[in-house]
Amino acid sequence: MNKSWISPTVDQVGVEERVARFNTRSVKKESKMQGMLLALNMIDLTTLEGKDTAGKVKQMCYKAMHLADDIEGLPTVAAVCVYPNHVKTAKKALQGSNVKIASVATAFPSGNSSRKIKLEDVKIALTNGADEVDMVISRGEFLAGNYNFVYDEIAAIKEACGNARLKVILETGELSTLDNVRKASDIAIYAGADFIKTSTGKIQPAATMPVTLVMLQAIKDYYDETGIMIGMKPAGGISTSKQALQYLVMLYETLGEKWMTNEWFRFGASSLANDILLQLGKEKYGVYYSGDYISKD
Amino acid sequence: MQHLDILKTYKLYIGGSFPRTESGRFYKLENNKKEVIANICLSSRKDFRNAVVAARKAFESWSGRAAFNRGQILYRIAEMLEGRKMQFVEELIMQGVSKANAEKEVRQAIDRCVYYSGWCDKYQQLFGSVNPVASSHFNFSLPEPTGVVSVIADENFSLLGLVSVVMPIIAGGNTCIILASETKPLCSITFAEVLATSDLPAGVVNILTGKSKELHTHFASHMDVNAVVYCRENGEEAKAIAELSSLNVKRSFFWQKIWTKAENENPYLIMDLQEIKTTWHPIENIGVSGAKY
Amino acid sequence: MATSKNIKAVQKKSAPFVSSVKSVFQNYVPAPESSDHIQLKPQYNLFINGKFVKPLSKIYYDTINPATGNKIASVAKGNDKDIDAAVKAASKAFQSWSKTDPKERAKYIYRIARMIQERAREFAVFETMNGGKSIRESRDIDVPLAANHFFYYAGWADKLEYAFPNRTPQPIGVAGQIIPWNFPLLMAAWKLAPALATGNTVVLKPAESTPLTALKLAEIIQESGLPDGVVNIVTGFGDCGAALVNHPKVNKIAFTGSTPVGKLIQKSIAGTSKKATLELGGKAANIIFDDAPIDQAVEGIVNGIFFNQGHVCCAGSRLFIQENVAEKVIKKLKDRMKTLIVGDPMDKNTDIGAINSQAQLNKINHYIKLGQKEGAEIFQPECSIPSHGFFCKPTLFIGTSQSHRIVQEEIFGPVLTIQTFRTIEEVIEKANNIPYGLSAGVWTDKGSKIFNLTTKLKVGVVWANTYNKFDPTSPFGGYKESGFGREGGVHGLFPYVKF
Repeated sequence: MNKSWISPTVDQVGVEERVARFNTRSVKKESKMQGMLLALNMIDLTTLEGKDTAGKVKQMCYKAMHLADDIEGLPTVAAVCVYPNHVKTAKKALQGSNVKIASVATAFPSGNSSRKIKLEDVKIALTNGADEVDMVISRGEFLAGNYNFVYDEIAAIKEACGNARLKVILETGELSTLDNVRKASDIAIYAGADFIKTSTGKIQPAATMPVTLVMLQAIKDYYDETGIMIGMKPAGGISTSKQALQYLVMLYETLGEKWMTNEWFRFGASSLANDILLQLGKEKYGVYYSGDYISKD
Repeated sequence: MQHLDILKTYKLYIGGSFPRTESGRFYKLENNKKEVIANICLSSRKDFRNAVVAARKAFESWSGRAAFNRGQILYRIAEMLEGRKMQFVEELIMQGVSKANAEKEVRQAIDRCVYYSGWCDKYQQLFGSVNPVASSHFNFSLPEPTGVVSVIADENFSLLGLVSVVMPIIAGGNTCIILASETKPLCSITFAEVLATSDLPAGVVNILTGKSKELHTHFASHMDVNAVVYCRENGEEAKAIAELSSLNVKRSFFWQKIWTKAENENPYLIMDLQEIKTTWHPIENIGVSGAKY
Repeated sequence: MATSKNIKAVQKKSAPFVSSVKSVFQNYVPAPESSDHIQLKPQYNLFINGKFVKPLSKIYYDTINPATGNKIASVAKGNDKDIDAAVKAASKAFQSWSKTDPKERAKYIYRIARMIQERAREFAVFETMNGGKSIRESRDIDVPLAANHFFYYAGWADKLEYAFPNRTPQPIGVAGQIIPWNFPLLMAAWKLAPALATGNTVVLKPAESTPLTALKLAEIIQESGLPDGVVNIVTGFGDCGAALVNHPKVNKIAFTGSTPVGKLIQKSIAGTSKKATLELGGKAANIIFDDAPIDQAVEGIVNGIFFNQGHVCCAGSRLFIQENVAEKVIKKLKDRMKTLIVGDPMDKNTDIGAINSQAQLNKINHYIKLGQKEGAEIFQPECSIPSHGFFCKPTLFIGTSQSHRIVQEEIFGPVLTIQTFRTIEEVIEKANNIPYGLSAGVWTDKGSKIFNLTTKLKVGVVWANTYNKFDPTSPFGGYKESGFGREGGVHGLFPYVKF
């Protein structure tokens, strides 16, 4: 079995310095506001807890469509993200809106299960009405050097997805080095991913800017080679609008305008929306706002 | 109506907080007029154990800081100490030191903090080296901090004896647990307050008060302590410490020095608590001349 | 409120936000650093013997903001008589300063370091206004490094006997120090700190176009209580510098500036007992191998040549790319350059600020024209540059060779020449094939290759997988016509002591 996969080497210190440079960008006034609205529209509002119920999912879906009705002109989020057995509830709750439904699948979050079960998991999600599938790669196989296994698995899941868009979760927090993140990104992209995603959100660290930058660079190289766009989703750990703006600056300066829509970039987040609303409340009323005035659903 | 002073309660300094001894015991500190000036915590081996845990926890991040950063923090300790000069002079006088000597001791302690602050980012340049090995390799040696150090500080100089050992140890990136002077413990806890306001991370320095007679064996036998420093005159204790150190090949040092002497501030005290690590890396030999390091 | 109208206005109800995306980041809304907290005087005098004194010529000249071309302040024009007064003051102060307890000497220098930290933002604003460099760089790099330099050398003052095995170091006397306009405050720190720590006294002559931060430093020096005459600062032009170099009571010269002037200085002091250190020009090779981490290497190229508008003696101005990755690297470099913002240096988002003077801009433009005339392929990204002030777009010349004049001569601007190479031996030979020898960059993932190159490149500083990194503990200086002597680290003490 051919165990090698050659991806470009990555210098971690260099990546961190580039990230630090992005973070010196000062985004103010209209740029800031537009950035925040854009960020809102890019959120996959997420609930992935063992204790999720139909009630929880319904309430979150309402919030997805009605972030803060007292502030005019707000967008909806891009999508909601739930477990397969809650997709039906979400579908009903979101009827008539253009909020998409993403379902995790493939024995999320660990991925330690058989191909058969993973495919069945995807089938259930799709049958219940999911528009998008968020799968996890087999990190154990990756770290053991079985890159072909990882590749084949992604390709098989992609096939099972049909028209649904596939996000491939690399779980960068377990991959340990940026070289590995780059390699996993390349494997996922070449195997058919529509989106590459950083994390399940179940372990620390989740998304970070260095990891995201490396993944964006993988997408750029692929685009330069083939002309094909791939989407990117950092998930977990992005809870403030300041962070969201920093990610958007990084996205803009690495991939450019074309990626600046929710068709190609998502934030996997749960509390980010409310922090952005807090900032928008300040813009609207001219004073620092309070969480008391923003719904928590 | 006369204003009644609020007397200070002297506690221990462990993990950045000021707990009492878990044993609840105390001993009385008297001045030379036999008046009780304070109740001092009589630390137990469990306090020492807790302090070691705190010091170990703090070690990785303290030793991982840039040398420059450590230098800045040590300089801040000097700034804070300077600001509290009068309090230390008063405490030394309470403990029987003459005013002139107290002022001298505090001044020297402040200067010593500045002195070691300046060494943080320099001793590596003097005591590290690039070694010209005879093969095609780049070979360099660098000092690295030993780890957690337990210290039984000088009995005679309440403040200077403490500063003289703490500063070189932490300048080199180590963390430590200090047993303060038994007869003159006041300045050590006040010094802990200085540390707590100097941006020094919790756990880097931990200060206990109590009796060396009870504690010296624990200071020397704890298996998660990497080095022990003994600054007192008791030959039996010193021998016991040396023997018990062999349990985990602890590095043991006997700094029985007169701390007021200028020769007793120097980088060799830093180097006592350093290990030397040597690294090799090949040099590709493509090209006309051979490897040149 | 108007703001909710804004929110409405930027969103189209049916379509997603695509139409507003362009304005989100394409032009960052101006984010200027506030400057209303700084204390700028209309007129600045010389700093001699602990006081601010009028120039003996009674002449003042204008110092300007190169981003606008407007005058900021009047500055004293020192002449040879002022230099004489300053050297006399330094000479007299040396008697007691050299005998001051080193621990006390250290404390003055620590004070200066601390005071720079306390007034950091003001220094950064002054540096940007007077010199043209972006506020981001003066705030994040110049000012902190300057403070740290004083901190580092303060710590050496009472430890000198450890730095020189078997020798007892003594101060030399009066140091005459001449500094350039590209890092005005930082160069002042690099010169003053080691000189003071070793017990010398100083006469400092800042560059004529950037005197303000040195004069601000003089205010701090006065406040620190440093004894009168230990540091003297005389602003002026070239004649002032020459007077300092030639003054008989100056024992040591430290000069950072262009190679031609450095050579003049070396010639002037021939036959005297004056010691000198020279830190001169450079034309550094920045070498990218095919096994380099390419995206980070591209960032390193950008930092190497566009940092400080390329006004850096150690700038990576000759790019060498291994031929099999040249196309990829050049494409990525061009893409990266398109995100560089050239603009108002006081704006926090500006990457490339103003060129320091009209004269320097003319020189750079002359080389750009020359490069095109020499037949090299030019690339400049489409970006707006301000209509007033002195500005230059970041520029590449692709397909150049050793024989091009733009490759051999120091341009001192945001202009990068690109050559390809095939083997290690070839690039080592070409990198060394120049009279300069200040610095070089090497980009490869392979450690053994790094050390092979570091042993063979004839330069004083090699950056491996990084570029333009400075630290007070790290010695800096050149080989060959880039000068001699080192600044920073233990080795930075050598030029200021005698045994």
